[in-house]
Amino acid sequence: MTTHVQDFLAQARVVTRDLRHRGLIQTALRKYETARDRKKAAFNDWQSARQAAAETKWDAINHLDTYLAEFADKMEARGTQVHWAGNAAEAREIILGIIRSKGARSIIKSKAMTAEEIHLNDAMEKAGYEVVESDLGEFIVQLRHEPPYHIVFPAMHLTRDDINELFQKELGSASTREPEELTMIARRALRRKYITADVGITGANFAIAETGMISITENEGNARLTAALPKTMITLVGIEKVLPKLEDLALFLPMLATAGAGQTITGYNTMYGGPRQPGECDGPEEYHVVLLDNRRTELLADPEQRDALHCIRCGACLNVCPIFKNVGGHTYGTTYSGPVGSVITPHLRGLQDWKHLSGSSSLCGACTEACPVKIDLHHHLLRNRRNAAFGEPSFFERLAYRLFAFVINRPGLYRFAKEAGRLTEPLQKLIRNTPLDPARAWTGSRDLPPMPEQSFKEWWEERR
Amino acid sequence: MTVTLFIPCFVDSLYPGVGISMVRILERLGHRVVCPEEIACCGQPAFNSGYWPEAREVAGPVLRRLQDAEVVVIASGSCGAMLKVFYPQLFAETAQAEAAKALSPKVWEFSSFLADKLGVTDLGARFPAKVTFHDGCHGLRELGIKTAPRRLLEKVQGLELVEMADAETCCGFGGTFSAKFPMISTAMGEVKCAGAAETGADYIVSNDSSCLMHVQGLLSRQGSPIKTLHLAEILAQR
Repeated sequence: MTTHVQDFLAQARVVTRDLRHRGLIQTALRKYETARDRKKAAFNDWQSARQAAAETKWDAINHLDTYLAEFADKMEARGTQVHWAGNAAEAREIILGIIRSKGARSIIKSKAMTAEEIHLNDAMEKAGYEVVESDLGEFIVQLRHEPPYHIVFPAMHLTRDDINELFQKELGSASTREPEELTMIARRALRRKYITADVGITGANFAIAETGMISITENEGNARLTAALPKTMITLVGIEKVLPKLEDLALFLPMLATAGAGQTITGYNTMYGGPRQPGECDGPEEYHVVLLDNRRTELLADPEQRDALHCIRCGACLNVCPIFKNVGGHTYGTTYSGPVGSVITPHLRGLQDWKHLSGSSSLCGACTEACPVKIDLHHHLLRNRRNAAFGEPSFFERLAYRLFAFVINRPGLYRFAKEAGRLTEPLQKLIRNTPLDPARAWTGSRDLPPMPEQSFKEWWEERR
Repeated sequence: MTVTLFIPCFVDSLYPGVGISMVRILERLGHRVVCPEEIACCGQPAFNSGYWPEAREVAGPVLRRLQDAEVVVIASGSCGAMLKVFYPQLFAETAQAEAAKALSPKVWEFSSFLADKLGVTDLGARFPAKVTFHDGCHGLRELGIKTAPRRLLEKVQGLELVEMADAETCCGFGGTFSAKFPMISTAMGEVKCAGAAETGADYIVSNDSSCLMHVQGLLSRQGSPIKTLHLAEILAQR
């Protein structure tokens, strides 16, 4: 069995060699950046909007207990059944229990990263239910039996030719390169499913405590159909998605759209307040909201990194991350990829198993700069590294840093080391980029600078 | 004033010209330059890898030796950020916590020291070439240095500054990251080099030799004619 770090390194090696793949992602994200900058300029002051959003989330997360209780009370008052899931297994069991009790056979689902997190589709399929993803990107990756590539753009790694080929093979459609026609093919396949589905499952962008409402934003209208047509609706939402007040959406909806997709506002923004009320003519007969913890409260208990729960899953940090742009989304091997994934995955799935994600960063800080809710992302990577090394230090790495400290703190030894480096340079050149080369991790793809005849300190001494 | 130079280990051993240029520029401006021999490394490699006690073994003596300095000037945004931003975190709740806090405001990255602290941008330098400037991430995002190096370059006679696409995108060095994840680091560097090549510049210039070591390592492996040069070396040219 390979470990997560071995998988990560192997996959990173494959993608970094794949210029077509990297080019595809980089071109797509360049277009995103242009659109995002244009929309950001429409804010009077983007930086104060970020500050306001960060403060709202700080309030929400630091009073999560009261806001969650308020949210649940308000939802229950209108007939919604609220369930509390401590972990992934509990959440799956709650959802499967609802499906069983309804005697359901087929399920339609809109986009929900929380469902990916708890591997809900696998569980439902294993239990014998048919599950169809209704978001176009998710529908495509589901046909490919792949996890989403990106938390907002699940199929961004595919070209329209890839999708055409997939649809021909899986749906028996005629060949076309037209995006509109490809969309129509998916739409025809999906419309039937909405009508026959017994249960609709959605995720949530925000949970409003004040009014007891779930807010979902989407561009295709598929989440509305998923929520409105089946008799039973289930929403799976992480507990960190709470916002205190309805008016908070006035900031968060445009901010999410701008940071996430370079849009002024997402195409459809809908609030779900409960099941069909007496006298109403549509909406689900039953509404269940499943609140998912799954170790979020452990992160909440860490005052240093609690702000990682501010995340609104906009994907802005992925979109600007030079690591993401060169290794792609699947390499991470996690539900949440990119910088925020590298911060929270070690908390949600185990620090020692996932510390390599916090390590695989140049700490450039582009993510922190982009984050609309001001999560201190790249510094949290440093904190994860510190916690990982404190918990289970690598014997050799620690020895290396101790040796380094021993040498560098003694000017005579340091001078000797430099001299040795200079004298052995011809030998180093001889073994360069061979298995004997101790610097091969560097010299495999990069040259080393030549050693100068005199170091700065030697020059300085001589000059004095 | 008396300027204490902090010459990082890799600048000392691989790029002495950067330090020499800084000394010449500061002395020409009439300042007294000191450079304590015992100070060699800021401790960032161990710090960034999570080995904070080992980082303190290196950083502790640095902190003690710099406590009486009037100003500390560093040829690298990255080491500058280590002293200015990360020492207070590294030494929080230790006996040296106060010393780390006291040192922070006295630390200056070289270009920012010239342009922001001294208010000098025209050093009478001449360098007839087309250059593009790479913003080192630590200088840019930890220290907020964006305009200082450009204001200095604009005053260099004969120099044409052309901005590359993604000047603010990381070159992929990242210290130990470059050796632990060489394939990712190299891929990032390739993107950087391609962006610089598009400008038709003769030189990639930065205020951080560590970024330049990475970029130059790739350029020379690729056989590219583009060269790299530290800002201080350009500013010292007559």
